[in-house]
Amino acid sequence: MASLRLEHVVKRFADATVIHDVDLDVADGEFVVFVGPSGCGKSTLLRMISGLESVTEGRVCIDGKRVNDVSAAQRGLAMVFQSYALYPHMSVRQNLAFGLENLRTPAVEIDARIQAAAKMLHLDTLLHRRPAELSGGQRQRVAIGRAIVREPTIFLFDEPLSNLDAELRVAMRAEIMALHERLGTTMIYVTHDQVEAMTMADRIVVLRAGRVEQIGTPLDLYNRPRNRFVAGFIGSPQMNFLSVRVASVQAGAARIAIDNLSGAMSPPIAVGSNVPADAPVAAGIRPEHVRLDRRDAESIEVTVTIDRLEQLGALSFLYCTLANGEPLTVQATGQVTHQAGETISVQLPTASMHLFETSEAARSLTLADRAVAG
Amino acid sequence: MRSVTAFLAATRGRGRRDWTDWLAYAHLFVGLVLMFGPVVWLVLSSFKTPAALTEFPPQLLPYGQAQASVRGYDRPLPLYRAKLPDGSVRTLAEARRIGLVATMIDPQSPQEEFKVNVRDRERLRELHFAGGNYTEIFGKFDFGRYLWNSVFITVVATLITLLFNAMAAFALAKYRFTGRDAVFLLIVSTLMIPPTIILVPNFLVISGLGLLNSLWGVIWPAVATPTGVFLLRQYMLTIPDELIDAARMDHASEWRIFWRIVLPLSAPALAVLAIFSVMWRWNDFLWPLIVLSRSENFTLQLALNAFQGELTTQWNYLLAMTVITLLPVTAVFALLQKHITTGIAAAGVK
Repeated sequence: MASLRLEHVVKRFADATVIHDVDLDVADGEFVVFVGPSGCGKSTLLRMISGLESVTEGRVCIDGKRVNDVSAAQRGLAMVFQSYALYPHMSVRQNLAFGLENLRTPAVEIDARIQAAAKMLHLDTLLHRRPAELSGGQRQRVAIGRAIVREPTIFLFDEPLSNLDAELRVAMRAEIMALHERLGTTMIYVTHDQVEAMTMADRIVVLRAGRVEQIGTPLDLYNRPRNRFVAGFIGSPQMNFLSVRVASVQAGAARIAIDNLSGAMSPPIAVGSNVPADAPVAAGIRPEHVRLDRRDAESIEVTVTIDRLEQLGALSFLYCTLANGEPLTVQATGQVTHQAGETISVQLPTASMHLFETSEAARSLTLADRAVAG
Repeated sequence: MRSVTAFLAATRGRGRRDWTDWLAYAHLFVGLVLMFGPVVWLVLSSFKTPAALTEFPPQLLPYGQAQASVRGYDRPLPLYRAKLPDGSVRTLAEARRIGLVATMIDPQSPQEEFKVNVRDRERLRELHFAGGNYTEIFGKFDFGRYLWNSVFITVVATLITLLFNAMAAFALAKYRFTGRDAVFLLIVSTLMIPPTIILVPNFLVISGLGLLNSLWGVIWPAVATPTGVFLLRQYMLTIPDELIDAARMDHASEWRIFWRIVLPLSAPALAVLAIFSVMWRWNDFLWPLIVLSRSENFTLQLALNAFQGELTTQWNYLLAMTVITLLPVTAVFALLQKHITTGIAAAGVK
């Protein structure tokens, strides 16, 4: 059981900086997920926490103590690797025992811990087997078991489920969450799968190109993305972005007009301060917030052509194009009677709309005290 | 048995034999005779008596004079196929011989005697394996001593070679440090220096260390081989880094990672190097010849050489010794040949 703190952590390889000035506080017992596209530095950050990778600048603290110069072995953490990294020449039992033997744990104690872990992970009948004789899910459980028996202060998971098939991944996800509940140990989990991040995390750290884009609870990120990257990364299918222009700003409310589209100005949208009038911005709206029903005063109505239709029974996805050529994905609950090629009107509720700068940073303009979107 | 037949009758395509099949089999057969013929001849000749060895024309199989014990005679008598004056041909034993006429008797009924001209008879020969060649050398020379020297040098040098080369290869394959590639290149580039060039410097070093005439003087210069480092390093590169990271997270010291994780996983490459090392050390001649000058330190190879250098060469013993010298390498090869092929393939060399 331990807390973790990263202060201005930087990692450089030769002349390439892969981690830029990361600050993070992880409370004792928290489940934190690092998420981001591949190459964003999330695995490097995890390896820096583990001690397998050195820290170029900044401090890594475990329980308030600086551990920059403490070796991986001495930090008391355990890591589950993407490839499982089971010792292929050892049986499951030997794999589990290896770490404890290195710590000179008494044999009786080793046995007891292996029994407990094997029971917890349903490995009891597999202890004599070699990793090559196990299925993917079983190997994953052995890898987790190897971490458990060490009774680490923090668990580190490096994309542990990415080699499993979809069904097994969902099952293992539940197992890891149940494990967290039972052990109450701090866990740090790296994934590129935002669904995994949303379902498992107490808090999510979104990373891009070695920088932290946003830290928050899953719903926080969903409802109040701080910039366009986070908005696009969290949520599936991805948020729609339309190029729009701020027509007028009045008392913290902006009216916008969609580029190259005839139509009235939008109803007012609550924005934070300093939104320049007549500035080009990006309007983001999630597919599940676009409505197919009648127009109301709080929405922008647009006419779209349906290009493609996916009916999943409980859900329907409509891939449409606006008159100005921009794509718009619509998620409707239940089934729809529309056909591909049809032209329909859809409503974009302003309450669920996010506005982003068009600059490089693409900061959100609608962040200030935004209510939970409906 | 069926798989052997199927193997021997394998064809290029399915069904009928192509002319390329015939060509391939002819080529393989010539290769077999060329490679295996001398060895077979050596082994068969090592069972011949000195008389059979000097026989002309030479025989492939170790034939000896057939003999029979006959009642009334103390020693067994040699057997001949004799043509009798009446024209019949019988197998007879020679009782005695005076000039060109031999007195011969039938081993079954020794009372009857025949006078036979020596030109009318022919030696009766039978297969006779002279096992004495093998049993006698142990008493005749200090053969056990030479064998022990050879075995000691081979086993100890191989063990040290494996350990040292594996440690070097581990560092070169799995650690990141400045100059690593330069060190590796340096090691591999020593392959380009012919061994004869470093013979004299090596000798000076060994002599300076006072290791002349000691088995260790043969062992130490041989244990660091660039081939071994290269072979093992290439193999260790295929061991995933994550395994080593996992071991580090498992609180293992670097030495323990090497010993418990890397070495067991490098077993195929280690087997290849072990075979090479055994063959090198066992067959080594020039270096031991220089270092070891007292005969009690001789290896088998040196003993073979010294044995031949005497006034008369006792070929029957020399051949038997040669066969014994061949055996360990053959055994090692036969036992580990599966590892050799997989190991060489995996190490990606040759």
